[in-house]
Amino acid sequence: MIEGAKWKRWVFFYIPLSAFVFSLLFPFYWMAVTTVRPDSELYRPWMAPNYTPFWTTHPTWEHVTSLLEETLFSTWMWNTMFIALIATAISLFCGLLAGYALSRLKFRFAGMLGTGIFVTYLVPQTLLFIPLADIIRNFHLGDTPWALILTYPTFLIPFCTWLLMGYFKAIPRELEECARIDGASRFKAMIYIIFPIAVPGILSAGIFAFTLSWNEFIYALVFLSSPDEKTVPVGVTSELIRGDVFYWGELMAGALLGSIPVAFVYSFFVEHYVAGLTGSVKG
Amino acid sequence: MAVSYAVTSQAYVGTPKRGPVTRLLEDERWLAVVLLLPTVILLGLFIAYPFVEGVILSVTDAKVGVAGKFVGMANFDKLWNDSIFRVAVRNTFVYTIVTTIFKLALGLWLAMLLNRHFKGKALTRAFILLPFIIPTVLSTFAWKWMFDPTFSVINWTLFRLSLITGRINWLGDPDLAMISVIIVNVWRGVPFYAISLLAGLQTISPELQEAAAIDGARPWQRFWHVTWPLLLPVTMVVVLFSVIQTFADFQLVYVLTGGGPANATQLFATYAYQIGVGTGLLSEGAAISLAMFPILLVVVVIQLLYIRRVETH
Amino acid sequence: MAPVVIRHLNKKFDEVHAVNDVNLEIRDKEFVVLVGPSGCGKTTTLRMVAGLESVTSGDILIGDKLVNDLAPMDRDIAMVFQNYALYPHMSVYDNMAFGLKMRKFDRAEIAKRVQEAAGILGIEPLLKRKPRQLSGGQRQRVALGRAIVRHPQVFLFDEPLSNLDAKLRVQMRVEIKKLHVRLGTTAVYVTHDQVEAMTLGDRVVVMKDGFVQQVGEPLDLYNKPANRFVAGFIGSPAMNFATVNLSEANGALWAANEGMRIKVPAEIAGRVGRYAGQSCVLGVRPEDLRLASSADAADLNFDAVVEVVEQLGAEILLDVTVGSGMMVAAVEPTVRAKVRDRLRLALNPARLHFFDATTEAAI
Repeated sequence: MIEGAKWKRWVFFYIPLSAFVFSLLFPFYWMAVTTVRPDSELYRPWMAPNYTPFWTTHPTWEHVTSLLEETLFSTWMWNTMFIALIATAISLFCGLLAGYALSRLKFRFAGMLGTGIFVTYLVPQTLLFIPLADIIRNFHLGDTPWALILTYPTFLIPFCTWLLMGYFKAIPRELEECARIDGASRFKAMIYIIFPIAVPGILSAGIFAFTLSWNEFIYALVFLSSPDEKTVPVGVTSELIRGDVFYWGELMAGALLGSIPVAFVYSFFVEHYVAGLTGSVKG
Repeated sequence: MAVSYAVTSQAYVGTPKRGPVTRLLEDERWLAVVLLLPTVILLGLFIAYPFVEGVILSVTDAKVGVAGKFVGMANFDKLWNDSIFRVAVRNTFVYTIVTTIFKLALGLWLAMLLNRHFKGKALTRAFILLPFIIPTVLSTFAWKWMFDPTFSVINWTLFRLSLITGRINWLGDPDLAMISVIIVNVWRGVPFYAISLLAGLQTISPELQEAAAIDGARPWQRFWHVTWPLLLPVTMVVVLFSVIQTFADFQLVYVLTGGGPANATQLFATYAYQIGVGTGLLSEGAAISLAMFPILLVVVVIQLLYIRRVETH
Repeated sequence: MAPVVIRHLNKKFDEVHAVNDVNLEIRDKEFVVLVGPSGCGKTTTLRMVAGLESVTSGDILIGDKLVNDLAPMDRDIAMVFQNYALYPHMSVYDNMAFGLKMRKFDRAEIAKRVQEAAGILGIEPLLKRKPRQLSGGQRQRVALGRAIVRHPQVFLFDEPLSNLDAKLRVQMRVEIKKLHVRLGTTAVYVTHDQVEAMTLGDRVVVMKDGFVQQVGEPLDLYNKPANRFVAGFIGSPAMNFATVNLSEANGALWAANEGMRIKVPAEIAGRVGRYAGQSCVLGVRPEDLRLASSADAADLNFDAVVEVVEQLGAEILLDVTVGSGMMVAAVEPTVRAKVRDRLRLALNPARLHFFDATTEAAI
């Protein structure tokens, strides 16, 4: 709503917006450029002449192939995907049931449990990781993907529950009541009527949970030790640095490839992701 | 008519047999119990139980492989007198407060820019969320490479623009390290603030702004008196989430500096990791983690009270 | 056989006593309408019959079976909601088939019944569409179809026509009546519109504040209202009320206030006579007032000043001041009256009502 001269629009809108977009996206560009740069170009000191940092004239796939062939990167990708999908599935399952119970059933502890679940969302992983490592070891889950598959829902479920509650509340009561009169039990009414209508919410919660699982680090770092059990974030951090030497080409290749699944899924469901994000904030 | 009689003569159809489980689940309370059971079990097992364990650990002297005996507040005492711990506390507060202020200001600005109509708006909005979507560790590595003392592209650009003559040791200089870490955190958080605040802005009817403009309010006044108060509820929720995450942040600092140089960027979480996992002093590490809790609790309570107050208005 | 019996039914929401000792015996095939203003308990009563609300005390029997503890799915009833409650993610066919699927009917039987119901309601061409593609009237028909497809013992209607525009409402009213004649299923219908109540009900139950005010056939409610509330609720425009003092003079009973002095007809003077010397409420319907002619007895007339003239075409409504109060008279369209005219109105002695000033019961 900025009325007035064209120059004003440039100064107050186009320039700031471009500056934001540039600064937010540049690191990814840098990641991509570094991935295809040959080592000889990479390791030129910044003050040397002929330095063309923003593009390369000799793109190469050597970093990518080295990453895929000489490291366990593809194993890590597989691990992370597996863990993320199952943790998301578990969280959606629990979140759907809990969200329905809290938003559409009347029972005594509804308010308390709702607040309780919200509060657990606010307990950060860095507060629990030390005792939790102990517990994981006691359950003999250490160094297996199950350590993560069972602990990730602790921060995914509260979010899914909360988000789905919002969607459930918007569904009119009469639909369920009619289903129950038509002959459905409460349980069947929930499954045949409420859940299908809440599909957009389920998608939003699922996408958000998926990206949150990929983003988790400290539990993966502490609970997993063998290189072939690691997830992408942990693997990239611990295995691509030998001694004090950073293999930047491979590192950036790893970072880029590791980002692709999430970005890919996100790109198909942007609207749902944004709906999930804003839904959780608007309560 | 044959049809109508056919319909009425079949009036009553017996209801199918229902099993005892179905009947039980018709009761709202039992259904609620069954539906909430998986969640309560998972959260109880992996949040409540570790929390209690953590409290117990922090009052023992357990180390890796060595069971601990009760030592009361000895660990906390030790921490209180630990200079590194104090530095970590100070750092965490500075880190949280400074990043939150910048994220809020820049996020708000970006949200207001995005609140206008322009070509490619949806695409732009989708792209700017990338820093928030992409796994933090991976994008932080990109920044680490950008900050590299020898090969930094930022240094190169600043040098070419004649803004610096020597190199900037972004991550190696104790003073600059905190600034670098703050920059990366803000970079990552601005999209979250921007998109959330944008959603909040979109619920504010433009007529309110127009009415204010007709009343003679300048842009800044319009913002302060019309937009900001209506945006406050959403802002408080966003800040609540963000403060908690930032206060307990680990990944970013771990990758960029590991807490150094010389503890310049040491935070609660990184110090807890260093002590608990790095050196195996489990109980002391647990104590450090737990030390976060009272502060987080206060923040959460204040904001929840505020949100409740806003809701009841 | 599906009579519905409601005995001493009570419902309390925390401290609010929403339904108070309601007793009702609905015969098989009867169409009963529960009518009253919002908050009178009619919807709560209906929902208790449906099983959507629990019963605080009392019994509900459907087809001679006590259903208090039965879940809605086991009561063999069907309900039509005000907002249609069509499942948005299913086609019309699936909406109608849902109840039968839940009861494990086989596909051939389902198809047969859905086609039958669709035929009765004229919605066959809509079977493949989704609810959002239908108009309000079509949606209501689908809701009806969904109900009749199950051949339930009782139909329950929760203000099904309130969301339709006036013209459609009249049309659907007739359709529902025809449907009932054709199917003969017991029906309980809730509405706040007394016109629907009068036109649809075999019997009408008027409720207020959780209590049943009167139960009876529509004309009984119209001609012999049990209390002032029913008298004022049934009939449009509403009955006129005037507080009058009863006194005996010249061997007759007179009802008088500032604006009028009426001789109470001998037939009802007996009942009303008990109140001689006190005040009570006189009620007369607008359609029972007309312009006084020379042939009318003077002790049934009174003066009035015209305030507003409402031309309805079939009749004229005159809003008049009588003494310090207002009344409405419905007169023939040939009457010529202008604002501020002074008229003399006559009331029909056979159609006077009197109500106790404190209890509001009919005298």
